[in-house]
Amino acid sequence: MWKKALSAALLATGLAASPAAWAEAPAPYQITPELEAAAKAEGKVVFYTATDVAVAEKLAELFKSKYPGIAVQVERAGSERVFQRIGQEYSTGIYNADVIETSDAVHFEYFKRQGWLAPMVPQEVADKWPADERDPDGNFAAYRAHLSVIAYRTDLMKDADAPKTWEDLLDPRFKDKMVKAHPGYSGTVMTSTFVLSQLLGWDYFEKLGKQNIMQVQSSTEPPKKLAQGERALEVDGNEYNVFRLIDEGKPIKIVYPDEGTPLAVGNAAVLKQAPNPNAAKLFYAFLFSLDAQQLNSDFGGLRSFHPGVKEKADRTPLSKIKILHSDPEKLEPEIPTIKANYEKYFGT
Amino acid sequence: MTSDIQVQALPVQGRRRSIDFSWPTFALLTLVLSVLVLLPLFWLVYYSFRSDTGAGATFANYIALVADPTLLRAYGLAIGMALAVGVLACIIATPMAWLVARTDLPGRRTIRMLVTASFVTPPFLGAIAYEILAAPNSGIVNIMYRSVFGLEASEYLVNIYTFSGLVFAIACFTFPYVFTLVANALDKVPSDLEDASSILGGKSMTTLRKVTIPLVLPAMLAGTLIAILQALTMFGSPAILALPAGFHVITTKIWSLFQFPPRLGLAAAAALPLLIITVILLRAQKSILGRKGYTVLGGKSGTPRITELGPWKWPAIAFVFCVLSLTIILPYLAIIKTAFTGTVGDPINLSTLTLSHWRFVLFEFSATQLALRNTFLLGFLTATAVTAIALIVSYLVIRRSVPGSGFLGVLATAPVAIPGIVLGVGLFLSYANPTFQLYGTIWILLIAFMTIELPAGYQQMSSAFSGVHPELEEAGRIVGASRLRTLWDITAPLLRTSVVAAWCFVFVGTIRELSATILLTTANTKLVSVIIYDLNESGDLGAICVLGIILLAASFAVVFIANRVPVLGGSQMNTRG
Repeated sequence: MWKKALSAALLATGLAASPAAWAEAPAPYQITPELEAAAKAEGKVVFYTATDVAVAEKLAELFKSKYPGIAVQVERAGSERVFQRIGQEYSTGIYNADVIETSDAVHFEYFKRQGWLAPMVPQEVADKWPADERDPDGNFAAYRAHLSVIAYRTDLMKDADAPKTWEDLLDPRFKDKMVKAHPGYSGTVMTSTFVLSQLLGWDYFEKLGKQNIMQVQSSTEPPKKLAQGERALEVDGNEYNVFRLIDEGKPIKIVYPDEGTPLAVGNAAVLKQAPNPNAAKLFYAFLFSLDAQQLNSDFGGLRSFHPGVKEKADRTPLSKIKILHSDPEKLEPEIPTIKANYEKYFGT
Repeated sequence: MTSDIQVQALPVQGRRRSIDFSWPTFALLTLVLSVLVLLPLFWLVYYSFRSDTGAGATFANYIALVADPTLLRAYGLAIGMALAVGVLACIIATPMAWLVARTDLPGRRTIRMLVTASFVTPPFLGAIAYEILAAPNSGIVNIMYRSVFGLEASEYLVNIYTFSGLVFAIACFTFPYVFTLVANALDKVPSDLEDASSILGGKSMTTLRKVTIPLVLPAMLAGTLIAILQALTMFGSPAILALPAGFHVITTKIWSLFQFPPRLGLAAAAALPLLIITVILLRAQKSILGRKGYTVLGGKSGTPRITELGPWKWPAIAFVFCVLSLTIILPYLAIIKTAFTGTVGDPINLSTLTLSHWRFVLFEFSATQLALRNTFLLGFLTATAVTAIALIVSYLVIRRSVPGSGFLGVLATAPVAIPGIVLGVGLFLSYANPTFQLYGTIWILLIAFMTIELPAGYQQMSSAFSGVHPELEEAGRIVGASRLRTLWDITAPLLRTSVVAAWCFVFVGTIRELSATILLTTANTKLVSVIIYDLNESGDLGAICVLGIILLAASFAVVFIANRVPVLGGSQMNTRG
């Protein structure tokens, strides 16, 4: 794949002697009436996403109201499941997906290496996105970000009893009370497990595994288990789902531990083999538009890299939180270890 | 394919000149069934000896199988779970079957019907219903328990996220297998044997213990084995209940091997012991059922003796009501409640009642329509294809019209030994490659469902065939019709009721399938069972319950209509007299 993509690129540019030219992002594009018309002719865009299904469907609705006549097929699963699905499909020559988005940054390095992505840079991204939140070659950009947070039910746990640090979670008083998502399913949790294993060591997880934790799959699920009252405390889970539930009036509070909170960045990209290339291009540009990003923030509780987005006043701004960043290049070789250790300490 | 053959067979001018299509049909069916059954198994074995890294032939996968403690543990837990399910199902089902078949318990017909309803319920939906009912903190049962006794928030009565919880939830939806087999056997136990016991002075309990129970013991054991088999190969319920409890069973472990980058070789090697266990269990079942002969020694020589319960009536009613509550009434109420309230933990009152889940599923969730369409399309296609194939195969086998036709019967029964997840792995390996690009289409699912459902369809059709005397067919043949034409014009109409029943059976089986499906669907071939599973992984219980209600309502409707449409015979026309 890699070789094929490379030679194709070389042939196309005719610059076989200068590999640097291949690594340059294409010129930014804007949404033109021609692009809209071409997208409408295709009539459909298929969006593989790991964002919570209600948020993703809301975004699709906004797109449909802006560009009537183009249906959006939302395929939501956990990041690692989306990755598995696209891997299975591409290895068997099935090209269903137009635009893809997961919260595991490693995936996009992999896609890029495989040459599966079509480089393109929406004007909005070129103008407004911080340089380290987009691929220098223009293959992908950070469409969303969110923290993986500790949170608890205020009616089931007093504020004074709530944990303040990661180490607090090892206290026997939290035994049987916690719920946690799975790194084999969730990109967010894969990222946070990596970051925390670097920070606290694997023996931290070994001890945590003895706390009799309820294991769920998606990082969207622990907040929902809190909302149900099934558990009083979540070890990890999407900050944005917690925001949404707080907005709905559920008695939940977030803890930003002293050691820091892991950040998961959700990249998005257009696939080279997209069956609806124009609709994909249009949808991709739409994803980074202020309207879409503001909707993600208001309805979805997601963090945005668009400087124009205004967050609701009751949310702690990122600038006030100690953030733990992950390096996808260092994470990637660790994935088998993380999965194996996790199964060893947590059983699945 | 049958219609082509018929059209060619139409211009029948006389017996001599027409070609007998038995042979070509036989050859074609043998080919089709071999491809359906043997090809996936071949690839499964082939891949199990191949390295995942592409290094050629290897035993590494089998070494990993015995060396990897996580795989061994998953196997151990799965076997333990399956045995426990079998025992529990047998303990629940046998007394109930006896009460329904051989006592004067009121409402026996209704009870049988309700047990059938629990058979229609997909086990994964049952497992989700039990999450709603018996999760330790938010479970409705535990909430009520705490409020009745005024207990602390950390107290709970039952916890479904445990090994025993999982066993219980699976047994609730597999006991109908034992129930049906035992009840049918009790229907057939001739009363003269029991009469003989009474005449010789045996009290009713002695008769029960010494005559009736030994006579239905084979059916009990056979039913228990089926329950064990079902539990062992089940994917949905363990995925929903065992993973939160922090353990894998073998099916969920195999599924986790498909995480990207997939370890296909190891998955294939891990699937093969499951196949072997299944074959062993089925052989055990066959050897037990082989003794069934003496059960019906006296034929239907009299109506079964009815035991009068007398003062035991009320405990009996309480027992049956308890079982039905646990397996049908409570789960269904939980599903309905969750579909109409905000979150699972909410109490029911005017402020929590909402249609938001319905709005989400019907109007906002873009996968709904596609999944419903795919599910019912596949249900119809599979049911029709399987019934047609089963009809022809059982005709060829029972009437022995072609030498070697017994082999066809074996082929049609063989898939029963292939667990869904194993077949899923095998089909993925067979058809998800550049030569056969079937992965990603509904055809790979159709193949999977046909293979899975063929044994059930074939069993039903062949038992129906043995009830039709060949003399009517012989009459047709003498008048000059070809075999297939006789089959179509004479035998099939005679078998209408059984055909409709087999069709419904396959249809219901198809829409509740998850274990093979989960490996074979893609974005464009979503099925309702898979989106329910996806939604479960993200914790959207309300939406799941709405989809579950739609799925159940549609399945009941299809079964109802199929039994009422006059063209199809209707159930009142019992042509077998």
